[in-house]
Amino acid sequence: MSRVRRHADNPAHALPGDDPEHEPRARHGRAPDVMRLGGWTPMREHGEDEPVDFVIVGTGAGGGTLAAKLAEYGFSVVAMDAGPYWRPLEDFASDEMHQSKLYWTDDRIVDGENPLQLGANNSGKSVGGSTVHFAMVSLRFRPEWFKSRTLLGYGTDWPVDWREMWRYYDEVERVLAISGPLTYPWGPKRPRYPYRAHELNAAARVLARGAEAMGIAWTESPIATLSAPRGLAPPCVYRGFCTSGCSTNAKQSVLNTWLVRALAAGAEIRDLAMVGQVETGADGRATGVRYHREGRWRFQRARNVVVAGYAIETPRLLLNSASARHPDGLANSSGLVGRYLTVQANQAVWGTSAEEIRSYKAPPSLAISEHWNYEDHGKDYHGGWCYMAQGPLPTLWSSTLATGHDLWGDALVAEMQNYNHSVGLKNVGEYMPQARNGVTLADETDQYGLPIARVTYSWCDNDRAQNAHARAFMGEALAAADVRDIWEQTNDTCHLNGTCRMGDDPCTSVVDADCRSWDVDNLWVCDGSVFPTVGGVNPSLTIQAIACRTADRIRDMAARGELDRRARPPARERAR
Amino acid sequence: MPGTDPRRDRFPGYDVTAKRDTPSWNAKTRAVVDERLAIDPEAHRFFDTTEWRTLRALCDRIVPQPADRPGRVSLAAMVDAKAGSGKGDGYRNVKLPPLGAAWRRALAALEAEANARHGHPFSALPATAQDELIEAMRRGDLHDLAWGDMPPDLFFQDRVVPDVVKSYYAHPTAWSEIGFGGPASPRGYVRLGPDRQDPWEAHEDHGDGHARPANERIGR
Ligand SMILES: Cc1cc2nc3c(=O)[nH]c(=O)nc-3n(C[C@H](O)[C@H](O)[C@H](O)COP(=O)(O)OP(=O)(O)OC[C@H]3O[C@@H](n4cnc5c(N)ncnc54)[C@H](O)[C@@H]3O)c2cc1C
Ligand code: SF4
Repeated sequence: MSRVRRHADNPAHALPGDDPEHEPRARHGRAPDVMRLGGWTPMREHGEDEPVDFVIVGTGAGGGTLAAKLAEYGFSVVAMDAGPYWRPLEDFASDEMHQSKLYWTDDRIVDGENPLQLGANNSGKSVGGSTVHFAMVSLRFRPEWFKSRTLLGYGTDWPVDWREMWRYYDEVERVLAISGPLTYPWGPKRPRYPYRAHELNAAARVLARGAEAMGIAWTESPIATLSAPRGLAPPCVYRGFCTSGCSTNAKQSVLNTWLVRALAAGAEIRDLAMVGQVETGADGRATGVRYHREGRWRFQRARNVVVAGYAIETPRLLLNSASARHPDGLANSSGLVGRYLTVQANQAVWGTSAEEIRSYKAPPSLAISEHWNYEDHGKDYHGGWCYMAQGPLPTLWSSTLATGHDLWGDALVAEMQNYNHSVGLKNVGEYMPQARNGVTLADETDQYGLPIARVTYSWCDNDRAQNAHARAFMGEALAAADVRDIWEQTNDTCHLNGTCRMGDDPCTSVVDADCRSWDVDNLWVCDGSVFPTVGGVNPSLTIQAIACRTADRIRDMAARGELDRRARPPARERAR
Repeated sequence: MPGTDPRRDRFPGYDVTAKRDTPSWNAKTRAVVDERLAIDPEAHRFFDTTEWRTLRALCDRIVPQPADRPGRVSLAAMVDAKAGSGKGDGYRNVKLPPLGAAWRRALAALEAEANARHGHPFSALPATAQDELIEAMRRGDLHDLAWGDMPPDLFFQDRVVPDVVKSYYAHPTAWSEIGFGGPASPRGYVRLGPDRQDPWEAHEDHGDGHARPANERIGR
């Protein structure tokens, strides 16, 4: 074996010499340059006693986006994340088990009639948040969903207008260089996607064949991985480990897009920084955050605090920040912090194809049909859903067969040998917001001594009716694509939203349209928690669009001198 | 199909580890997989001797492995390491104790069920009797007091599957067995369509003798 081949992957470098899970990387005036092997980029630093304009808790789709935009607008920003600052080119193995280091694996208790599976399936603990291991599907809401109560008769209206959101979607799609089809079959006209669509893998072609046989439209999925080079990032190499982290930087995650911009604009990022409380002063306003880093508790002063920890950690932090003045938790006068947790359906049908599919190649969901997001006839339930091609890697596939298809022992071993011929369709569907679903605090504490989250979930009849329709339709579509031995997987869900919903009434929402807390006017929530309804598409594009809008609103409010106090009293006080 | 080996050799001559020194495996991947391959099959720090015997017998039935195959997956040792690490999967059903405690309780309960039904330890039972107990556990149909308030079916779903099944399919021996391409970075794949494969992917046996030589060329 020649030396050249032994190091063919990476001649300059073997393994990083530091341990990002235990030693922070972003400090001493520099942060990792994730685009270069062993590279560093200068980072502005702020003293803890110097109140920064914004401290942001969480650097994922919401917090990372907001950090970049606010820093670019000239605010001083410190963004903290409990997770490590990965260097994808060096730290990421092609290995599902090892890469579970990207997930939020601290204990959480799950209960309810349909307890959620979290961990790998649901949330990340990394600088860049869950986008470091997300599947990159980047979809816009159907416009009517922003007013689903008024226009479609279910859920709750959002306090934002779809046309405004449409402009922010344009912005995010450009920032992420989304690859997508020339024309999108559903919804109002949208601009061309910045990059051309990817070639379809075999699993995506099965979706296309089935959709055509069923007489419905399908298209190449708009997806946040490059189909051509961009700066230092190469195009996708179709290695298929996307939900275990992308080791090439083709994936346009928050880590290698927004946060690169944030650093360049002067934001400070603190990795391995776990925030335990948002603290408030005698006037009830937020004064900063208490956080744990490098072995001890610290305090960062701030003029504004943004909580962006995703739909479990965000309400947990607000509930853990209770004080004499805010006995039920911060921003919780409505009693809604932690309530209305709304996940999405993830129902699937699977079967065996005579041809070799090998769905481990390429991003898992290269083709999609949003037919049932835009077609309301033929449904005996509210809400929409789309469905996509799939590409489970072996450990995920084995647990799908074991828990979803009741196989173990010899039967499991035999079925796993059909791996290369296995193919399926899975949906992302709109579950209904329900007050009984949510996040509360458990009695147990975590390694920082903080009470952990208890996550309660039960489906309602509408959710079950939608599941049944989706499985039946996808089963027909799969059969129409010549797939045999079809079976249904009923036990999965995806994406977390809704535990700090936005609205235009302080009695029925936690934050206003600008993601600003009704109760504490220098406290903001900017992540998936603010969704009043979830729609039938994956959420991250919408989370980033909301963050862009929030940044613009903050800039405008600051210019008008409205950041230090609310412009008008909220509706409830006006009514009194 | 009882009695027949469920494993046909569908990818004769394919060994995913032959790609270790090719552009399909970056340095981090090599380090991670090397560590997994080096796990001592006899290592148990978390479980005591009785628990360990039961655990090994359970693993052997959840994912049976051919006795004579090289590259045996040290499943029980992987479970022991996970139980001892104190790290979970990020969620725990309210009806389950923490990972290590759940395992200890289930292993004791399986042992009690075996003794009560058959008068022998679980590990001494014939495979069919072990399988019956496992299937009853999966269905939630075991009731020995040793289970306490932990539902056996939930233990199967939330502990046996993630800790045993997923561990097996995280091993290169399993990747070779199912024809998975395995690690793929920085080199990914080029040929994506149906029935298409790159030269560095497993070739399936179609009975025409082409697969073995093609598989044996991989990584060489
Ligand atoms: C496997 C998988 C596939 C997915 N695929 C898609 C997809 O294809 N398309 C799509 O649109 N969406 C997808 N998603 C969902 C998407 O990733 C999330 O919806 C999105 O990232 C959520 O954004 P967020 O800002 O709310 O939270 P996150 O991105 O999760 O960021 C939250 C961050 O906050 C940090 N944090 C939390 N609490 C604290 C604290 N107290 N102190 C410090 N830091 C804290 C966390 O460490 C985390 O990094 C997928 C998710 C998963 C798990
Ligand atoms: S398939 Fe593409 S996006 Fe996914 S991990 Fe590989 S290079 Fe990254």
